[in-house]
This record gives sequence, structure tokens and C-alpha cells, in this order.
Amino acid sequence: MSTTRDPHDTISRRSFLKLAGLGSLAIPAGSADASIWEAFFRKSFREMNRDEVGAMLERLERRYAEEHGYQLAVKVTGPLPGVKYGYGLDLSRCVGCRRCVYGCVQENNQSRDPQLHWITVLRFAKGEKWVNDLERADAYYHAEAVPEDGYFYMPVQCQHCEDSPCEKACPTKATWREPDGIVVIDYDWCIGCRFCMAACPYGARRFNWGEPGLPAAELNPDTHYLGNRPRPKGVVEKCSFCIQRVRENPGRYPACVEICPVGARKFGNLLDPASEIRYCIDNKRVFRLKEDLNTNPKFFYFFAT
Amino acid sequence: MKTARAVAIPLLLQLALGGAARVTLPVAQAEEYPVPPPPLSDGIFPCSDCHADLEPDPTPRVLGMHEEIVERFHHAEAQRWCLDCHNPSDRDKLRLANGELIDFGESYKLCGQCHGTNFRDWRAGVHGKRTGMWNGRKEYRLCVHCHDPHRPRFAPIAPEPEPRRPWAIDTASEGEPSAPPPAHGQHGSE
Ligand code: SF4
Ligand code: SF4
Repeated sequence: MSTTRDPHDTISRRSFLKLAGLGSLAIPAGSADASIWEAFFRKSFREMNRDEVGAMLERLERRYAEEHGYQLAVKVTGPLPGVKYGYGLDLSRCVGCRRCVYGCVQENNQSRDPQLHWITVLRFAKGEKWVNDLERADAYYHAEAVPEDGYFYMPVQCQHCEDSPCEKACPTKATWREPDGIVVIDYDWCIGCRFCMAACPYGARRFNWGEPGLPAAELNPDTHYLGNRPRPKGVVEKCSFCIQRVRENPGRYPACVEICPVGARKFGNLLDPASEIRYCIDNKRVFRLKEDLNTNPKFFYFFAT
Repeated sequence: MKTARAVAIPLLLQLALGGAARVTLPVAQAEEYPVPPPPLSDGIFPCSDCHADLEPDPTPRVLGMHEEIVERFHHAEAQRWCLDCHNPSDRDKLRLANGELIDFGESYKLCGQCHGTNFRDWRAGVHGKRTGMWNGRKEYRLCVHCHDPHRPRFAPIAPEPEPRRPWAIDTASEGEPSAPPPAHGQHGSE
């Protein structure tokens, strides 16, 4: 867990909430059991001690079971020392098949209905305006078979910016960058203002406008608190580099890496000179999206051929 | 915390089994590129089942046998035919240009003779698909798991369905009316 904190912010928020509670604005006393109060007055995730985190996870797992019938484990695996994750995507290979999109949905417990995707595959006409103009790309291409003549494809997801505009925009510090570079969201701290969505230059964030629809039978029960645990209505979510997989030791590749049929997706430790991602950066033609914005993404597009 | 325990146990095991791990290491190194078994067509291997009794004919020609391969064969076919890769004397082996015989499970060596840059990238884990652990054991694929050796270019595939357009996503809870589509167009081009 990261240690950055701003006591001023959270204390004033807490005292505000206490006052609001005294004024009996918030929870109808009759129906409120202790866990609702605990959840409501809990500390920021990064300020909790182990016991508090443990109590919170128990509370969460119980609520998931009671409200949705989800039998799942929520873990809070911390970052591995000496690791900064980096991602590579080979634009010369991607065929635009969208296997990654739906592989991600399954792994990360996205809402099936209303539909919510963390990865968008954009289609560009070859020889047209260059890829920084995401607005003019087509995310809704329909094809019998891909790749189509005259087009190329560029999947976009959270770029895990080192200097992330989303983090700066968030008024509650519900989103932050971890020491291993993963930009995470605490869904229980997110107030749904969507400032981060407006700030993100990559359109990487998604808002739960409706109650997420995730049948218990389709649930991936291996979840991380800052990643793929089921989300409530009214919060923002996005790609977490499969934090529940990559932070294990040894850690699995992200789900999109493993499902891509053409092997266009690469992942590894930027600090390890022998990693695949470093090989790409050292040997291939690499670029990052909207480099002129100085967001310093850890997502590298490359051409292997 | 759970996670601290999860990390500690494998560490302890490793320490306890340190001796054993050292003994098995050379084996792990010999298996340089762990790949699943080659995707041989059903009922065709071992080739020697039929070929053992046939006299090899080294003349390049269009075969009367193996029609399904002859028909789809498209891999520099003007310069190449069967026995450039398949070994004439023992058909259960492939043969490199230098005469070395290799198993079908090592066919990447054969492909790498011509496709050197791809072979280099493949060894680094950058050409082709790799699964497993980003900081541990990785599983490679043989070239022929993705590319048909007799017709290596990928055939187009059907994509997964396009995402629903924002206005078509029904976020309404039961009983609430859903939002109508906007009057003029939507995000993104058609
Ligand atoms: S699965 Fe691979 S080839 Fe298919 S769209 Fe995603 S990145 Fe491209
Ligand atoms: S891509 Fe967007 S959501 Fe991801 S870190 Fe950058 S600004 Fe934040």
C-alpha cells in the first residue's frame, strides 16, 4: 500500500460526516446495522492498519454474499519491490478481433448488462490522420472477418500514466498511483463526480450509470480490493493491469495478454532489463499515445515488423 | 494479513527444499523453450507407419498423395517442396539445412533458418503468444501452433461483437424509463 496521505483532507471529511450523521441526514437509525455505520465512517484505505483492512474485507465479503450471492475472496496484495509494470502492444500484429475486450470483462467482473468494457479497440483507416486523434477513430466497426483491407486497429485502455491527470483531478483521492505504477481506484471512496473521466486524455475510465449486472455464475471469485471486485452503481472503474494476477509472486500475465490470439500484447517489469517489455522498448519502434501531454504512460505501442 | 502468509509459505518451502531445487535446475535449463506438443493432424503421425515401406523419391514434383496439403500449400512454393523440411530417410523427423535431424517438437529451429528476426523476437518472448507467469515459468508456442507451416499467413477471423453505443446501453433500473437516444448523432464516426 502506498503511504502518501493528506491528513488534512480526510480529517475534515470525517468531521464533516460526523456532523452530518448527528444531524441524522444519512442513515435511517432503525435499519442501520453496525456494519453500515462502520463502512460509512471508515478511514481512507491508505490510512488503515492491518486490523482495519481485515475487518473491512470481512465486511465486504459478507455484503457481497448477502446482497448478490457472490462467494468471493477479496485480497489486498501489495506491490512487489523493484517492480514497475509496463505494457506493450504490437500494432503490426493486432487484427482487431476484440478477444481482449471480452477476456477482460470475464476476468475483471465488468457489468454484462448494462455493458461496460475497459478495453476499446479503435479502427483507423490506413494512411489517414494519425492515431492521436482518437475521436475520429471507429470503436463500433462491424465486420464479418478481421483484419479488413485498408484498416489497422489500436486497442486503448488505461495507460497507467506516471504523471496521471486522473489522479490530480480526483477531489477525494479515491484514485492514485501505487509504487509499482498501477493506477488504482478505491470504489468505496469514489463519489462518482467523474472529474477523472474528464481529465483522462485516453478515454480510459468508465462510469457505472446503472446497477452493474453480473450473474453470480459468471463471477471471477479471485478478486483484489483495488481491482476486479464487483463494483457498485455510481463509481468509476478502469483497467488495473489485472492487479489480482500480476501482483502474485510469481504473477500471471494479465488476461488480455493471454487471450490475444496473435500475441500482440506484451507485459513485464520496466525495471528488469531482461523483460519482454524492455526488449520491445530497446529494439522496436515504440511510441506512446499523446506523448505531447507529458502524462508519461507506461503503455507502449510498438511495431515488431 | 492473508497476503503476507501467501508470500511467506512458498519462501519457506523454497528454503527447505533448497537442495532439491539445485538438483533439478539443469533439467529446467535443458528445456529452454517450454512448448506444448506439436499440433499434428489426427492419425498422421508417426509418418513411418506408411513411409517405412516406401522408397523415397527425391525428385521435386507435385504429389499425388496428401491432397489437402498440396491444395493449400502456399509457402514460397516456387522454391520449396516437401523434402526441404521433411527428412527423406526417417519421416518422423524434420531436417535442417545442415543435415541435422530434429523432432517435430523443435520445429522452431527449422522455421528460424529463414525467419531469423522472428526467431530472435520469439526467443525473447516478443514474437508470438506467451502465457504463464510474467516473472516465472512461461509457456511458449511453436511457430506451427499459430501458423500453418504449409500456409503460414493467418486467415481472417470473425471479431467479437462491437460494443453497444452509449445511448443504446440501458442503465435504467426496473420501473424507471430508460434514456432516449440523443437527437443528433453520437460519439465516433461510422
Ligand atoms: S485480442 Fe489481440 S489481436 Fe484481437 S483486438 Fe485484442 S490486441 Fe488485437
Ligand atoms: S490513462 Fe487515464 S485513467 Fe489511466 S492513468 Fe492515464 S489519465 Fe489516469
